[in-house]
Amino acid sequence: MPDAGQIDGRSLIRRRAGLRLWLSAGWLTLLAAAALLAPWIAPKDPLAQDLFLGRLPPFWMAGAEPGYWLGTDSLGRDVLSRIIHGARVALMVALIAGSITCLVGATLGLLAGFLRGWVDMVISRLIDIWMAFPPVLFSILLIAVLGPGLTSIIIAIVVIDWTRFARVVRAEAMAQGAMDYVASARVAGRGRIGTMIREILPNVLPTIVVLLTLEMGIAVIVEAILSFVNLSISTDDPTWGGMIAEGRTSIHQAWWVLVFPLITLFLTVLSFSQLGEGLKDRFDPVLR
Amino acid sequence: MSFLSIRNLSVRLKKGPPLLRRVSLDVQAGEVRGLVGESGAGKSMIGKAVLGILPPSVEITGGEILLDGTDLLRLPPKDRRRRIGASCALIPQDPLTALNPSHRIGPQITDRLVDILGWPRSAAEARARDLLAEVQIPEPDRVLRAYPHELSGGMRQRILIASAFAAEPKLIVADEPTTALDVTVQKQILKLIAGMQARHGTALLFVTHDLGVVSKVCQNLSVLYSGMVVEDSAVTDFFAAPRHPYSRALLAATPKYTDPAAGLTPVPDEVIAAVRAEVAAFDAGGIA
Amino acid sequence: MALLRLLAIRLLTTLVTLAGVAVIVFFVIRVVPGNPIAMMLPPGATEDDIARLSALYGLDQPLLTQFGIWVAGVLQGDFGTSITTRQPVLDLVLGRLPATLELAIMALVMAVILGGAAALTGTRFRGGRTEGAIDVANGMALSVPDFLWGLVLILLFGVLMPVFHISGRVSPALDLPFTTDFYLFESLLRLRFDLWADIVAHMVLPALALAIPLAAIIGQLLKQSLKETMNLDYVTLARTKGYGETRVILREALRNAALPTLTLVGVQFTFLIGGTVIIERLFSYEGLGNMAIDAVINRDLPLIQGIVLLFALIFTVVNLIVDLLYAVLNPRLRHA
Repeated sequence: MPDAGQIDGRSLIRRRAGLRLWLSAGWLTLLAAAALLAPWIAPKDPLAQDLFLGRLPPFWMAGAEPGYWLGTDSLGRDVLSRIIHGARVALMVALIAGSITCLVGATLGLLAGFLRGWVDMVISRLIDIWMAFPPVLFSILLIAVLGPGLTSIIIAIVVIDWTRFARVVRAEAMAQGAMDYVASARVAGRGRIGTMIREILPNVLPTIVVLLTLEMGIAVIVEAILSFVNLSISTDDPTWGGMIAEGRTSIHQAWWVLVFPLITLFLTVLSFSQLGEGLKDRFDPVLR
Repeated sequence: MSFLSIRNLSVRLKKGPPLLRRVSLDVQAGEVRGLVGESGAGKSMIGKAVLGILPPSVEITGGEILLDGTDLLRLPPKDRRRRIGASCALIPQDPLTALNPSHRIGPQITDRLVDILGWPRSAAEARARDLLAEVQIPEPDRVLRAYPHELSGGMRQRILIASAFAAEPKLIVADEPTTALDVTVQKQILKLIAGMQARHGTALLFVTHDLGVVSKVCQNLSVLYSGMVVEDSAVTDFFAAPRHPYSRALLAATPKYTDPAAGLTPVPDEVIAAVRAEVAAFDAGGIA
Repeated sequence: MALLRLLAIRLLTTLVTLAGVAVIVFFVIRVVPGNPIAMMLPPGATEDDIARLSALYGLDQPLLTQFGIWVAGVLQGDFGTSITTRQPVLDLVLGRLPATLELAIMALVMAVILGGAAALTGTRFRGGRTEGAIDVANGMALSVPDFLWGLVLILLFGVLMPVFHISGRVSPALDLPFTTDFYLFESLLRLRFDLWADIVAHMVLPALALAIPLAAIIGQLLKQSLKETMNLDYVTLARTKGYGETRVILREALRNAALPTLTLVGVQFTFLIGGTVIIERLFSYEGLGNMAIDAVINRDLPLIQGIVLLFALIFTVVNLIVDLLYAVLNPRLRHA
C-alpha cells in the first residue's frame, strides 16, 4: 500500500535540499568572482595605511568617510577591500589543499579498504595514531616546523586531514568490495587494481565528492585559525583570520573590524558544509 | 451491559484508504471473543484502537469506543490513558521484542501497579511473585531480578501474560499471542491463557488468524473482512453453520474442519467478488 | 571475562598509539630550522655559549641518542626542562592541565544537556514544527566549527550584551586561596561561591563554543535513535499501561536509545578536547592549549613534546573510558 505521507515528506526534503544547495553555491560563486576580480573591484588598496583614517566606522554610522564602506582597521586599511583580497587566499587554500588532501586520503583509504591484509593494517594503525593528535596543535606545530607561507599551510592541511578521507573511503570500499558485482568482475578476469579503479571507485565517488566539499570548508577554517595565531602567510597580506585576530584585540573600540570578516568566514564555511550536505542528499539513493 | 462496546468505529490511513469500516462489536464481562480474519483485514487495528496505541500514520474518523459505558474517544488524553491502564491490558505478539532490554523483569511487571495504581512497592513485588508462580515459572525470585535476554522466548511470553493480569484488568487484548512461538510452546501458552482467564474472570479479546485457536479458547467470534465485521456468532453456531459466504469460505480453507481427503479449498472467486461488492456498497454509504 | 579481554586489547593498542605519537612528535619538531638555543641567548652570545647550553639540554647529541635519553626520562616521569621557562616540563604541564580539564568537562556537560534537551524535545513533538526548527538549528550548529562559535559568542555576550567575561580564567584582582589548580572544583569545596561565580563567568563562553558542535551531534544522533526506539513493541506495551508520552520517552526509550549515541560521543569528545587549543587562545584562557601555542611560537621543544604527548594520552584514555562505559551500561555485554 503506498504511503502518501512518506512521499510528501521526501519531496519536501528534496525541495529544502535544493534551496540550500542553490544558496550556498550562489554565495561561493560570488566569492570566487570577488577573488578573481579583486584588483579591479576592491574600492581601495588593501595594504594602504593611513593613520589619520584609523578605525573609521562603516558607512551608515556617524563619522564614516565616503568610499570606506565597511570602515577601516586601526592602521586605516579598508575593511571591505581586505575582505575581498582575503577571499583569494581562502579560496586558493580551499581548492588546492582540499584537492590534494582528497587525492592522498582517498587513495590510501581505497587501498586499505580494497586490498585489506597488511596494507590495511599499516594504514589503519596510522589513522589511529593520527586521531590521537589534537589537530589544531598538530597544524600549528607543522607550520612552526615548515615556516609560515601558503605552501606550508597547504602541506599542513594535507598531512593532518588525509585521515578524514581515508577513514570513510576505507569503510565504503570495504562494503563495496563485499558485493557480488566485484566478485563477478574478478571472475571475469579483471586484475585487483583494475577492479578497484573500474568497479569500486565509481561507487565511492559520490562520497568522495561530498567529503571534498566539506574539506574545503575545513581548509578555509584552518587557514583562518593559523592566520589568527599569526602563523599563516606574511602578516601584511590580507587574510580573514588575520583580520579577525586584529579585530579581536580592538573589539571594544572598533567592532566592525571583527564583525565583517567573521560574517564572511561564517557564510563561507556554512556554504561549503551545506553544499556538502545537499550533495549527500542528492546522491543518497534512498532519497533519489 | 457489555464491558467493551465498539460502535461504528471507522479508522483510515491519514489521507488514505479506510482500514476499519464502521465496525461494531461487544465484549461482555468475562467473555472470550475471537477476532478473526486474514492479515490486513484490520483485526489488530481494533485491538490497538481500544488500547489507544494506533500508529501515528492512522486516524479515527468516527464512532465510539465505550469502556464500561464511557466513550474513550471523548476523554482527554490523560484520563483516557489512565482509564485504559487501570482496566485493560495487552498480551503482545512477539515476546522477544515486548520486554524492555535494559530493565529487569520485576519492575516491568510491577510498574503499572506502583506508578498508575499507587500500590506500595512491597505489595506489588509480592503480587509479581504470586503471578510468576501462577504462570508456572520456577524460581520466581531469580527471574524477577533477571534481564529479558537471559530468558527463553516461552518464558518471556509467560512473563508478559503474568504482567497483563497483574492489575486484575477487566479486559485483556491478546494480539496473536502464540504466532511467534514454537508449535509445542503454542499449546502450553494457549492453555495458560485460557486457564488464567477462567480463574480471573477477565474478558478477553483474542485477535488471531487461526480458527483452530478460536475453537479451543473462545465463546464468540467476530469475522473481519476488509475492515468490516461480516459475521458475529457464537463459536458453536459458527462451526456448525457459518452465515456469511466469506465465513464459509474461510472455514473451508482451514484444513481441520473439512474432510482431510479433500485437501484445501481456496476461497472461490465468486465469494470474493460478492464480498468486494459488499465493501464497495458500504463505502458508497449503502448498508447501515 | 569478555570485559577483561576487551580491556587488555584496548590497553595494548593504546600503548602502540602512544608510542607512535611519541616518535612522530620527537622527530617532526627536530626538523625545525633555526637553533632554539641561539634564540634564548642574548644577541652578544658566542658560539661557545651556544655549544655549552646545547650540551646542557642534550641537543648536541645525535638524534637517536637524544630520543633514547628522552624516552628513558619519560618512562621515569622526567619529561625534560622547558627551554623558555627553565622549569621541569612535567610541573608546567600538570599546572595547566586542570584548567583544560575543567573547561573540557564543563563543555561536555553543556553539550550533553543542550543536545539531550534538543533530542528529547524533538522526539516529544516529533513530526511537527518544533522538530523542524530543532533540525535546522542542529544543522547550523554542526556546520560551523567551535572557533567561529567562539567569535560569535564574544561578539554577542562579550560586546553586545556584556554579561560574561571574554578573556582569562579568573579576574586578576581576586585573591585566590587555592592549593590545587582545579579552581572550579576547589572554589565549590571551599564554599567560596563569590570566586566560583567569577570563574564560571569566565568559563561559560569558551565552554559553550566548544559545546555547540558536540551538542548538535548528540541532538541529532539521540533524536534519531529515540524515534526508532519509540516504535518498538516494549514502548507500545508501556503505553497501554497508562504512561504518558513524556514518561514513556524518559523511562522506556531513553536508556536504550542513549547506548548507540554514547560511542560516537566519545570520539567527538576527543575532538572537543582538541578544540580547546584554539578556544583557549581565543579567550586567553590559561590552559594547556594556550601554553602549547606559546611553546610552538617559542620553539620550546621539550615543552611541545610534553604537551602533545599529554594530549594524546588524554585522547586515548577517553576512548578507553567510553569503551568500558559502553560495556558496563549494556546489560547484554555485562552478563555475557
